[in-house]
Amino acid sequence: MGRKAREVTKLQELAYELRVEQAMTRDVITVSPSTTMAEFREVLRANRISGTPVVDEGRMVGIISIENLIKALAAGELNVTVGERMNPEPVTLYADEPLVHAVSKFTRLKFGRFPVINRQGDLVGIITQGDIARAMLKRLEVDYHEEEIHRYRASHIFEDIVADETVIVLRYRVVAGDVAHAGEAASGLKKSLSRLGVHPRFIRRVAVATYEAEMNVAIFTEGGEITAEVRADRITITVRDTGPGIPDIEQAMQPGFSTAPAWVREMGFGAGMGLPNIRACADEMKLESTVGVGTNLEVVIYFTEHTEGV
Amino acid sequence: MKLREVLEIIDGKVITKNADLDQEVHMGCGADLMSDVLAFTHEGTLLMSGLTNPQVVRTADLAGVKAIVFVRGKIPPPETIALAEEKGIPLLASKYTMFETCGRIYQAGLPSCGLFELTLRRWEEAFDDDRAGD
Repeated sequence: MGRKAREVTKLQELAYELRVEQAMTRDVITVSPSTTMAEFREVLRANRISGTPVVDEGRMVGIISIENLIKALAAGELNVTVGERMNPEPVTLYADEPLVHAVSKFTRLKFGRFPVINRQGDLVGIITQGDIARAMLKRLEVDYHEEEIHRYRASHIFEDIVADETVIVLRYRVVAGDVAHAGEAASGLKKSLSRLGVHPRFIRRVAVATYEAEMNVAIFTEGGEITAEVRADRITITVRDTGPGIPDIEQAMQPGFSTAPAWVREMGFGAGMGLPNIRACADEMKLESTVGVGTNLEVVIYFTEHTEGV
Repeated sequence: MKLREVLEIIDGKVITKNADLDQEVHMGCGADLMSDVLAFTHEGTLLMSGLTNPQVVRTADLAGVKAIVFVRGKIPPPETIALAEEKGIPLLASKYTMFETCGRIYQAGLPSCGLFELTLRRWEEAFDDDRAGD
């Protein structure tokens, strides 16, 4: 079975993060409705652009592009005015919209550019697909730089230690019934991985899987232990408890199946999404349980894009 | 959207000390089920919740939630506020219901987190007959 990409890719994330105004070109070249098509051609050529908004007395009244010019050339109509050939109802974007709206409009409408207006309707910029690509690259560069600084502290340990294989073992104890402190193991692991220079995308998956497992141990078992083995390319999280064990693992894995008591549900847990969520975060997951003995959960998450072995 | 704008849109109050209201949130999620929050949110999410126990803050921290809005006029207990201040997660309060709080913020332009992918396959199996097998 193929796997649907679960992760929001970095670019999609950026498309949500950035606003149209952070990507648009602010100095908009415009023409007036009385400009002739011959003059318009010169504007395009001189500025190396392929379209402009049409502005009359400070108000945008339309948009005109190289396609309109080509049609005019073919028809020998270089003396008609822009006002007669423009699109008088341009599709616009708001400056404060997320960039993802611009991306979807480009995909849907296949226009080369969109004028950008503020909420008062004034023309404040223009955006092309090239602008979007540039803004994203610039932002990626900034993020990359920040990450470099951030990685400094312990992140060289895997390169500095000389061994055939380097494994950092982190161990956390989970106390039965102590839900007030449940989550501290996941929290500590998250912080440690960040210091080891693991990419935030993978840290989030580790944190979520560990937290769900930790809650399970605190709520349902007589206590247990979380062991994280960190290697340069992956983490193996082992969660062991000393009972009571899961009678039917297949049933426990069903989204929505839960045996949680009311007090757990009141806390916002116990909706039967824990184990399915762990599986969704894991590249590899192994769950073994013996009633009366205990449960052993092993989760592997790779620090590179890895195809899930379902 | 900046937290400052969120606060204005919901006529809200700030609960935590030293909250940085110039922080940006990029998408929103309304949930009282913490497992759904863990499964559903992405970095930079604004969480709306009616639950006020410390586990909400813990969940937010682990899931990369940027800030939490407590709805229906609920004020969290001191241990929740203390944990949020320790983790640097701003807590806001809204007197409106979950529905209205989310509605106001969504209307103002904050997008949602997208579809809930963990249950999407079962949804498709249940309702989408002509789905091409992948």
